[in-house]
Amino acid sequence: MKTRLWLLAGATLAMALATGCKPKGAQSALSGDAASKVYVAPGQHDEFYNIVSGGFNGQMSVVGLPSGRVFKAILPVFSVHPENGWGFSEETKPMLNTSHGFVPWDDLHHIAISTTNAEHDARWAFGNANNTPRIARVDLTTFKTVEIIEIPNSGGNHSSPFITENTEYVVAGTRFSVPTGDDASRDVPIDTYKENFKGTISFISVDKDHGDMEIAFQLEAPPFNFDLARAGKKKSHGWFFFSTYNTEMAHTLLEVNASQKDKDFIMAVNWKKAEEYIKQGKGKKVKAKYAHNKWDEDTHMATSVIKEEVLSLDPRELKDIIYFIPCPKSPHGTDTDPTGEYIVGSGKLAAIIPVFSFTKMLQAIENQDFEGSVDGMPVLRYESVLHGEVEKPGLGPLHTEFDGRGNAYTSFFVSSEVVKWNIETLQVLDRVPTFYSVGHLMIPGGPTGKPHGKYLVAYNKISKDRYLPTGPELAHTAQLYDISGDKMQLLLDFPTVGEPHYAEAFPASLIKDKQVKFFPLEKNKHPRAAKGINDARVERDGNKVHIYMTTIRSNFRPDNIEGIRVGDEVYFHVTNLEQDWDVPHGFAVKGANTAELLVMPGETATLRWDPDRVGVFPFYCTDFCSALHQEMQGYIRVSPAGSNVPLKYSTGLTE
Amino acid sequence: MKNVSSVNRILIAVCSLLMISAYFTPLWQISLWAPQYPEGLNMKIWIDRLSGDVDIINGVNHYIGMKHIGVEMFPEFTYLIYVFGFIIGFGILAAIIGKRWSLYTFFSMIAILGLGVLVDMYLWGYDYGHNLDPTAAIKVPGMAYQPPLIGYKELLNFLAYSGPDTGGWILALVGTVLLYAVITEVMKSKKEKVLA
Repeated sequence: MKTRLWLLAGATLAMALATGCKPKGAQSALSGDAASKVYVAPGQHDEFYNIVSGGFNGQMSVVGLPSGRVFKAILPVFSVHPENGWGFSEETKPMLNTSHGFVPWDDLHHIAISTTNAEHDARWAFGNANNTPRIARVDLTTFKTVEIIEIPNSGGNHSSPFITENTEYVVAGTRFSVPTGDDASRDVPIDTYKENFKGTISFISVDKDHGDMEIAFQLEAPPFNFDLARAGKKKSHGWFFFSTYNTEMAHTLLEVNASQKDKDFIMAVNWKKAEEYIKQGKGKKVKAKYAHNKWDEDTHMATSVIKEEVLSLDPRELKDIIYFIPCPKSPHGTDTDPTGEYIVGSGKLAAIIPVFSFTKMLQAIENQDFEGSVDGMPVLRYESVLHGEVEKPGLGPLHTEFDGRGNAYTSFFVSSEVVKWNIETLQVLDRVPTFYSVGHLMIPGGPTGKPHGKYLVAYNKISKDRYLPTGPELAHTAQLYDISGDKMQLLLDFPTVGEPHYAEAFPASLIKDKQVKFFPLEKNKHPRAAKGINDARVERDGNKVHIYMTTIRSNFRPDNIEGIRVGDEVYFHVTNLEQDWDVPHGFAVKGANTAELLVMPGETATLRWDPDRVGVFPFYCTDFCSALHQEMQGYIRVSPAGSNVPLKYSTGLTE
Repeated sequence: MKNVSSVNRILIAVCSLLMISAYFTPLWQISLWAPQYPEGLNMKIWIDRLSGDVDIINGVNHYIGMKHIGVEMFPEFTYLIYVFGFIIGFGILAAIIGKRWSLYTFFSMIAILGLGVLVDMYLWGYDYGHNLDPTAAIKVPGMAYQPPLIGYKELLNFLAYSGPDTGGWILALVGTVLLYAVITEVMKSKKEKVLA
């Protein structure tokens, strides 16, 4: 009887556990040679520069591949950076000027590295400001932001800063459509969205020699949300493709209301056609206020100019500029392959990836193979433009890059993986998990006509347990994969700076020998430079005091200053007299409400200081410059307002 | 009607008392794993409430139009405490009565309760997995998301598990022990019939 009981109990337990075996998930095994593939020996250089957007920090960072080492955690662009005085020094403040005044922060999502003939020339890196719409240009010989242009009539500059194959234009498509025009036409009820809101697309021309930007024209597109974009290249050069969502034109609870249509659009823009119309004088100048800020390498200072008008083109009247390609479910990324023939739309809610053919698109336009129109702009027939669909690729496709060997790699946010597929046959070839929930992915040269299909980096949105935890806020993480073989292989996890969205990488050889090492003093045209120790002086101009200060290892001149009064505005104009690589000097003074300065060799930078109390205040060099760095210091004496202590300055004198 | 053996009588009493644990331990659990949730999301169902990562699961599932899981979704929570109370009370009574019919009735109650809970869970799971919001952001044609009744099932990027928790296992044990008691009594009664 007892055996029976145990048998019964055993059988019950066995039945209960039979369903209890957990199926094995896909495990990513690291093979033994992964470490050697990312190992860059001490003193050796990485193969690629990776310029990475900083997302919500508004900056860029510079990383080496394949090591994942960070060379510049923060290259300041749209946000102030007290570490080197960006946005705090008098010279850099104008760079962050806008039509709204000084804006100290933004959200930088995407990078575009300049190209010639659809190949990276890596002269400049462009970045977008998402919040207060702007585009910045970074000079890759100095790794300094040298130009920022504001985009008027835009809200949420997300579909930006993508470029044409010879960097003729950098584009800025508005994410939020907004009412534009004069005060009366902008002060409208939000529920008149469909009638009064505009989705402007800006084409910013880039001077081919110097990089200077100008807003060439704006297209008044329908009030959709413009998400991302890619230029056509090679055979499709002359066209630009913008992904759109919210073609439902909802203005509230977009999570639901902008996800209702089975298809939104990829908007194809024939910008060569737009240029023709402009030549014929078909553009219309409209009032629009925006700031244009430029850095001058010779004066070491920025100027900000407020501009008043832009050239506007109305594609409802000017035919053949805009065509719409239906694309399933709120496409996020739209990417063109290295040949320029294929356009990949990643519908973030779609169960397939459609691949469109540029040749078929031209045919459909010629045959007027339209299935409808939006405000007079033709909607092409989906089937007529389609090359094919990738079946069951994964969940939540976002972005696609290419390896130059006929393969595409798409990131999947929801299913947290990268999927490799063949562009021609549309067959899925391989998939690897990402840790976790990848957003953008990047292959060196991936968006150009000449990818270097050796590595792929996934920039992930969720880190969780990948690193030692640091409280509620964790480092955003990236993963490096070897894609040189048939199967993708995970090589490396590395934490990133800020919150990377897109990034681009290019061979280090393109720029590493072109780096500026210092600024020649004889070329320094800063009006308040002190180009030698004999120029060091202090001048009073009313309540403004200008201190022309020099720095050289390891002293400030002057380093004893008296005759300053409470209520003065004191300007330290610090010139670094060094003429050698890697010898910046820093400058900090007690109680400064600004920040510090980091002054590069040959450069002049200015820190404003408003003394608020009587006393003697120290200042010192913040960048360890020599064995006697700790001796590099000085004093400034502040007397009461109205005091008659004479203005006096000296260095090295003892009475 | 014959008395049950004293061993079985004790078993009935113990089983009744064991069932009180249902008020203090979770009865059922549902777990989900996805690449970005390697540690899993876990929801526990108690006699009168839910606990665990219910909010996170709701957050994930609303994209595909699944209903918001909440206490109000389960009217069972309002009466299950009384059903258990009644059965426990009857079990103690059955031990005191000590007749075979009282054991059989007690066992039937538990068997019906167990079966009822499973049927109820299935019906809920069917509705939860099929009855989707037509305005959901992600709609995968032909896809339903009914969780497994017991065991594992892959649903898109998620692996789902459903099965008893501590209280559920105790109930299963109670059922098994009582089944043993019933079998021994039935066999005894057969012998008695043969002897008679």
